[in-house]
Amino acid sequence: MNVIVCVKQIPDPATPYRLEEGTNWLIRPEEQILDDTDRYGVEMGLQLVEPSGGTVTVVSMGPAGSGQGIRQALAMGADDAILIEDTSLRGSDALTTARVLAAAVGRREFGLVIAGTESTDGYSGVVPQMLAEILDVPALTYATKVEVDEGSVTIHRQTVAGYDVVTSSLPAVVSVTAGVVEPRYPTFKGIMDAKKKSIETLSMGDLGAERAPEQLVLSIVDAAERTAGRKIEDDGDAHEAIVALLAERKVI
Amino acid sequence: MTEGTKSIYIGDDLAAIRDQTREYVEKEIVPHASAWEDGGVPRSVLDEMAGLGFFGLRAPEEHGGLGMGALASVVFAEELGRSTYGGFTITVLVHTDLAMPYLTNFGTEEQKARWLPAMVKGQVLTAIGVTEADAGSDVASIRTAARREGEGYVINGSKMFITNGGIADLVFIAARTDPAAKGSRGISIFAVERETPGFKASRALEKMGWHSSDTAELVLEDVWVPEGNLIGEENRGFYYIMTNFQNERLAIMGQALGESQRALELTIEHVKGRHAFGSPLWDKQVIRQRLAARQAEIDAGRELAYRAAWLSDQGEDATRHVSEVKAYVGELANRVLYDCVQFHGGMGFIAETAVERLYRDVRIASIGGGATEVMLDEVAKRL
Ligand SMILES: Cc1cc2nc3c(=O)[nH]c(=O)nc-3n(C[C@H](O)[C@H](O)[C@H](O)COP(=O)(O)OP(=O)(O)OC[C@H]3O[C@@H](n4cnc5c(N)ncnc54)[C@H](O)[C@@H]3O)c2cc1C
Repeated sequence: MNVIVCVKQIPDPATPYRLEEGTNWLIRPEEQILDDTDRYGVEMGLQLVEPSGGTVTVVSMGPAGSGQGIRQALAMGADDAILIEDTSLRGSDALTTARVLAAAVGRREFGLVIAGTESTDGYSGVVPQMLAEILDVPALTYATKVEVDEGSVTIHRQTVAGYDVVTSSLPAVVSVTAGVVEPRYPTFKGIMDAKKKSIETLSMGDLGAERAPEQLVLSIVDAAERTAGRKIEDDGDAHEAIVALLAERKVI
Repeated sequence: MTEGTKSIYIGDDLAAIRDQTREYVEKEIVPHASAWEDGGVPRSVLDEMAGLGFFGLRAPEEHGGLGMGALASVVFAEELGRSTYGGFTITVLVHTDLAMPYLTNFGTEEQKARWLPAMVKGQVLTAIGVTEADAGSDVASIRTAARREGEGYVINGSKMFITNGGIADLVFIAARTDPAAKGSRGISIFAVERETPGFKASRALEKMGWHSSDTAELVLEDVWVPEGNLIGEENRGFYYIMTNFQNERLAIMGQALGESQRALELTIEHVKGRHAFGSPLWDKQVIRQRLAARQAEIDAGRELAYRAAWLSDQGEDATRHVSEVKAYVGELANRVLYDCVQFHGGMGFIAETAVERLYRDVRIASIGGGATEVMLDEVAKRL
């Protein structure tokens, strides 16, 4: 079975993000890294194909930049990469992203498409579901565990109370949570070999894909500054004040 | 990427190795290494590092390594050094950069095939035994001797201050094979495996720093090794040692640079957060100026080290440059840590702060692997 893993290159979360004036689009630096949540997807893909053979292809949309993030995924062991890079895609929303990824994924034969539940820079959290819809395959989401058996996939779907066991036929799209598996560190050899692996770069023209009607970001508002907490001095009755406060917040 | 990490010496490969090592050290070493300060670095950690290819940077590709050069060693050592646990770092570097090069640089093809893959995989951990109780800086005066017997050699003598001596599976031992020859002409190197009868690590030495590193005194009593364990040619050992010293010095100064840089960062963080006399300590000119000056010196030391490593990777004789690095950075690390402890105040004197530990750990940087005075003489000879 071949697995395709959707991965995103994002600006290093350790550095402050900047938005472009007017469009409110994220300014993407030349150096971007692999979104940490995508390491889980890559690892899951590798573990699923390792017993049976088959390949792991990573697919990514966005400016290539230095390609560092893609190479990180290849260094972990993915076989090859598809990169969709097109200046006309700047500022795309979730639906356009899903359409483009679907067009790219559709060029390959696959059993499973794996994606993270949401990216760390955009946080829309809807691309995997849209992707499944466009590909016309089932979407299994929020997986904390994934198993593939002859022609079917079974996941543990994270819920508030615990998890649901969900099974579907293949092919399918699965979105995985952080913690589904422990991502491996690339070996030094993996890092060196990554440079020799194929990265197929496609434009919108190559894909014959179209942008969806766009979402516009009208304004961006800073989150409210955190206010100082309330201090309860203990004159012997602090416990009552704390209980009252917890009750007021409906914690107890 | 933070400012200042781009360099004409550091291409994509080295940058990737640097990033990878840094992440591994931050996530897998720093949170645990404090516990290793008594008891040593667990073998399981070394095994894991080997699994990630950390021990194969310098080994040829046909033996499971990456065949990279001295620059890679410096970058790797810097990142290990940033762990702030000198004992951990030297445990690794002695294996990868002080001992293994005897095999990679001077071993026969047969010897490499026999041992290198296992060394890269971490199954065979190595040490290098040159120093003796009465011979340190003056390598040519070692007294441990090997005489031919049957199809091999019998070695007698003792070694002092041998890092990994008690935990290594194989120790490269320098011994005199020609008692009649002038000091430097009659030395050979032997691979001695731990289980060889007559070979033992007699004593683990307690130290000022490097607490997680094993430092042993070795005794060799009628240790017989087959001819196949003679590394390279007989009586060429002094030359091998002097050659490998170049890489050794670069690696341990990479460590000292990483340690100094990290200590400085931790100190800057500390003085920015600590208030006295109405403002952060960082606002006192005397403090920020001193730390800025030390940063400039570390940057200079790093460039010097990269250049020396690059020169040696070009196949040039880099002895003068490497000696400059050893003399300059070994002293610098001590100056940096002196200031770091000073500006941490009382906290810098308390056990378990990184600067307290590094203050002790870097003391050896200007002594081990060639004392500053000896290094400056090497420079002077070439001026
Ligand atoms: C923790 C630790 C680990 C070590 N690990 C190893 C190891 O794994 N393998 C190994 O073989 N060795 C090892 N060594 C030995 C180390 O390399 C020697 O200690 C070092 O080379 C200095 O030799 P010495 O101690 O005999 O000092 P000496 O040679 O006695 O020198 C003492 C001091 O005199 C000065 N001096 C010496 N020569 C000159 C000169 N020509 N001109 C001016 N001043 C001079 C220097 O200041 C020097 O520090 C280790 C040592 C320590 C402490």
